[in-house]
Parts: sequence; structure tokens; C-alpha cells
Amino acid sequence: MTKIQDAFKNKKAFIAFITAGDPDLETTEKIIISMVQNGVDLIELGIPFSDPIAEGPVIEQASMRSLANGTTTDKIFDMVKRVREKVHIPMAFMTYANLLFVYGKEKFFAKCREVDINAIIIPDIPFEEKDELLAYANKENVDMVSLIAPTSMQRVGMIAKEAQGFIYLVSSLGVTGVRSEIKTDLDSIVKVIRQNSNIPIGIGFGIATPEQAQKAAETADAAIVGSAIVKLIAQYGKGAPGPVGEYVKKMKDAVMRAAK
Amino acid sequence: MSKKGRFGIHGGQYIPETLMNAVIELEETYKKYKDDPEFVKELDELLKTYAGRPSLLYYAARMTKDLGGAKIYIKREDLNHTGSHKINNALGQILLAKRMGKTRVIAETGAGQHGVATATAAAFMGMECEIFMGKKDTDRQRLNVYRMELLGAKVHSVTSGTQTLKDAVNETMREWTKRIDDTHYVLGSVMGPHPFPTIVRDFQSVISKEARQQILAAEGRLPDVVMACVGGGSNAMGMFYNFINDKDVRLIGCEAAGRGIETGQHAATLTTGTEGIFHGMKSYFCQDKYGQIAPVYSISAGLDYPGIGPEHAYLHDIGRAEYVPVTDDEAVDAFEYLSQVEGIIPAIESAHAVAHAIKIAPKMKKDEIMIICLSGRGDKDVAAIARYRGIDIHD
Repeated sequence: MTKIQDAFKNKKAFIAFITAGDPDLETTEKIIISMVQNGVDLIELGIPFSDPIAEGPVIEQASMRSLANGTTTDKIFDMVKRVREKVHIPMAFMTYANLLFVYGKEKFFAKCREVDINAIIIPDIPFEEKDELLAYANKENVDMVSLIAPTSMQRVGMIAKEAQGFIYLVSSLGVTGVRSEIKTDLDSIVKVIRQNSNIPIGIGFGIATPEQAQKAAETADAAIVGSAIVKLIAQYGKGAPGPVGEYVKKMKDAVMRAAK
Repeated sequence: MSKKGRFGIHGGQYIPETLMNAVIELEETYKKYKDDPEFVKELDELLKTYAGRPSLLYYAARMTKDLGGAKIYIKREDLNHTGSHKINNALGQILLAKRMGKTRVIAETGAGQHGVATATAAAFMGMECEIFMGKKDTDRQRLNVYRMELLGAKVHSVTSGTQTLKDAVNETMREWTKRIDDTHYVLGSVMGPHPFPTIVRDFQSVISKEARQQILAAEGRLPDVVMACVGGGSNAMGMFYNFINDKDVRLIGCEAAGRGIETGQHAATLTTGTEGIFHGMKSYFCQDKYGQIAPVYSISAGLDYPGIGPEHAYLHDIGRAEYVPVTDDEAVDAFEYLSQVEGIIPAIESAHAVAHAIKIAPKMKKDEIMIICLSGRGDKDVAAIARYRGIDIHD
């Protein structure tokens, strides 16, 4: 049992992604607090990368805004340290392999422990390359979250068996971003995951509406939403904590309907 | 766990899970066909009858005399169909794509040479083709954009990031994650996730396979120096490969030093880069201390890339190959020099190798031999070089 499991204490969970430093780190701090007050169960904090190849335009542009404001990995650690005085739910970092590698893997995960970051999600580290980071992460009590994609039916069992924290099930092909419809046969993927692992499953990529969130939480254990929130932040800027909080409440309520 | 596609510590498969099956399928297909007599015969035939291989190994007598040192030979990849070495790989990969039952190919391009080669091979083999090219490059290589469209390809102008080659790669990878079933990504250089660095190197190694035989036939011995320009590194890897085991042959890769290393406006990855993980591979990259990829610069769109293929990184680590920086100014001088002295207009990419030859040939002995890989022809660059010299020509 790791701290990540706290997110699933009510069976179903709502997981939110935001890019740290978009529009600036002070606002990120306020958005985190607002999301927690409105019931978010786990926060994925994106450390912006110059070339986010797994992201669609919404999160890519958020990364560019954040970097243009001078956000760095160190400043993000400082911000998390501050926000941790008020926020106690599980938190994860989502970023790209190069940022950890260049920062120094040992130093990065030691800092994660120091500021109480509980998991890491790296879209460009597939199962075959996870040894690059796994031991370093686990040494500092950080779970390494595995992604499962709709292209990987034959790989699901293999990945699920060794998964930690929660499993990030990618709903459909392509990059992150809002989709009007999710066509993948997620039920059969979830079934294979359950046969191989007891850890919770979150579905992400393309979820924006309460209906989609409820369905994801019914199919699996959690709905993960990124681009829809990042869009609100792009729209409201420094004024985003309020609207994002309202949105989170709506989504959390939808997810809890799945728990009944 | 098996570590696939490693060159020393470099290489690997650092890509999203969504793409893993695609690269596994590619690896299995390549394993199955690379030594398959039918496949090898079909590719050899295409290279001969369609691409115009073998390419000449040309003795540059006037340049040799003018520089007064080493005997200079030029491997004329510029004489291939489509005007560069890129056709070697494009034909090979599209044949593989056909074996995999794909009907659509996508590719990134910098200068447009790989895009033109891919569009050509796709037209020839009846495949749908989409090319991604940074907006800065579609602006400076407009003729090649039209050429690709003429060949039936759809060209996407990429407006994200620095709007150059690295962003074109990002966008092509994103496109691939959206549509895998019927689509093969024809990666144009010896980079990206395994198995691309190996596949592209193998398809390009025909350059050194021929050059080695040709120089032995002409001189009865191996060369002392073999040189090529390096962006991602495909023509250099092709030019080096069959000489790697010939320990006395010096291998020199010429990187783009842009406006000068000291200005920070360059793309000299091995001169200034540090180890990292990007575009599916562990290698060297131009980046800041936090691992943000640097906005690189070169007059040459084909060398304007912040990384280098993993096998080059390895050859650099073990000291088997040397990598030297060449500035815009030096490359433009060499572009004009080769045009005037030998009547050969080189691609501005290839001119980087010519520039270094001009520097070192005079210091070599007269009985020493050098081969320069002329990766492409320079027609596409004429207007840009004219503008560099202050003459307002637009293509």
C-alpha cells in the first residue's frame, strides 16, 4: 500500500491534470487548493517540457506558456513544498524522461520524497525502458505509473502484472485532448487488467464531460481529466481557480454517481 | 530485461505505449525480410533501375590540385534520383511498409530532401503520403514543398515550437499515434526509437559498401579519411558504416556550427550537447541544464536538429569517429568553391563536409586519400545562398 491508494478510499476517484506554472506558479498553487476543496482525489502535476510528443495542442500550449514564464523543475519543487502545507491528498508528477534524466534521477526522486510527491507518470518510458527509472523511484517511495494503450491488447497482462500505484488506461489512439466520443472497447482491456492486477485503473485521454467521467469511473476506478481543465486555465488565466473548482466539483459528483 | 537497439548506452525505445506495437511490428518485419532473397533482390533492383545506383565515386582532380594535399574523391549521392541519399532509405522503408500491409506513409523533413524522396517512393509504389515540415523550413525551401505536392503528397506546415526539423518529428510522431493500423512512419535519419537507427543505417550503408569497393578499384587501397555532414546523421552513418572495422580510416562528421559555437546559434550536438532522452532515443542533445531542448540554428534546414543518432553518439564515445563544427560562413564558401572549381553545386548540408575538407586536405600528404560524401545536390539551396549573399531571389 502506497499513499496513491488513499485516492481510491471512496472506491471511485477523480484525477485531475494541470501544467505547473500555467499561467504562473502562484496561480497553480491556488488551483491545486481549489481543486482539493472541491473533491479532487489525486492531482497530476505536469512539469512542462519543450517538446511534449504525447500531448495535443491544448497541453502543449500550456507547456509553452509555462516555460515562457520561466518555470523550472526547481521552482516547481519549491511550489509543491509550499502547497503541501495545506494539501494532503496524493500527488503525482507527469513529465518526460529527459527532464528527470538531465536533472539527475537520484536527486529528482529524493526531492519528490522531500516534497511528498507520490507517483510519477512518464509517457515516453514504456514497459521496455522502465528500468531506466524504476529502482530510483521506488527507493524514494515514488510509484511508477504504467500506461496501457488500446494498441497494446497483447501487452496488457505483462504491463498490469508489474504495475504500481494505479494504471493509466489511455482511452483511445492519439495524443491528449478532448474527444466527443470514445470508441475503444475499454471493458475488455479492463477485464484483462483485473485478471493480472489488483491496483486501481484510471481512464484518461479525451474525457471532458460529467457523462464521460461517470462512464469511465463505471468501466474502471477513476476518470482522469487534463485538457478540459487546462482549457479553462487558458481561458481564465489568473482567475482560473474559481471556474476550475466548479468544474472539478461537477466531475467529482459524476464520478461518485458511479460508486453507487 | 532485454535492452533493445543499444549502441553502448545510447539508443533504446523511449516512446509512448501507443506506439510500442508499431515499432515491435516493424522490428519483426525487418528481421524477417532483411536477409530475405526476394526482398533484397527487389530493393537492389529498385536502387539500380529507379534510383540510379551505384553512385559515382568521382576523383576531384581540380580540387585536389588547388588544395595541394590529399587526393580527394567525392561520393556522388547527389546524382541519385531525387538528388540525395535519402532515396536509399525511402525505397527500403516503403518496401517494408508494403510487406506490413500499410497503405499510407508519413514522414518528417527538414530541408525537404527526405520528404521529396518519400513522396517519390510513395508515388512510385502507389501509397498515400503526408509530409510534416516546420513552417520555417516550408518558407525557406518552398520549391521542395511544391515538388512534394507535385508528387501527390500532402504537406503539413508545422507551426509548433521552433517550427523546424525537431518540431516536424514531434508532429509526425503525434500523427503516428493517431493512426497506426494503415500507416508507416518513414523516419528519415538514423535516429528515433529502435529499430529505426538500425534500419536507416542498413539502408544507407549501401553508400560505403559501394565507396569501399570503388576506392579499392581506383587506388588499390583504403582511404585515409572519410567525411560527411551530420544532422541526425544518416548520410554519415551510411558513409562510415563499412569503414568502421578498417581501423586506419579516420571517420569525420561535420556538424552545423551556425553563426559560430560561441554565439549559441548553432546545431553542433556533439561539440556542445549533453546526454539525454528525446525522440525515442538516448543520445546527445543541445539542451539546457533542466533538459529543455534548445532552439538550434543552422543555415542548413537539414542539419538544423538538436540531436544526433545514437550510433554516432556511440562512435563519438569510443573515439572511433571525430565530429567537428563547421559554420554557416564556411559552408557557404564551400558551396561556392565546389561549384566553381569542380562544376558541382552541393547541397548546403553537404557543403559542411566540403568546408572541412578544404581545411584539412592541404595539411595532408599528397599520397593520402580522402572521400567526401556529397549527400545531395544544391539546386534547392541556390535562392537561399543568393539571399545570404545579398541578392534578392525568391524561388
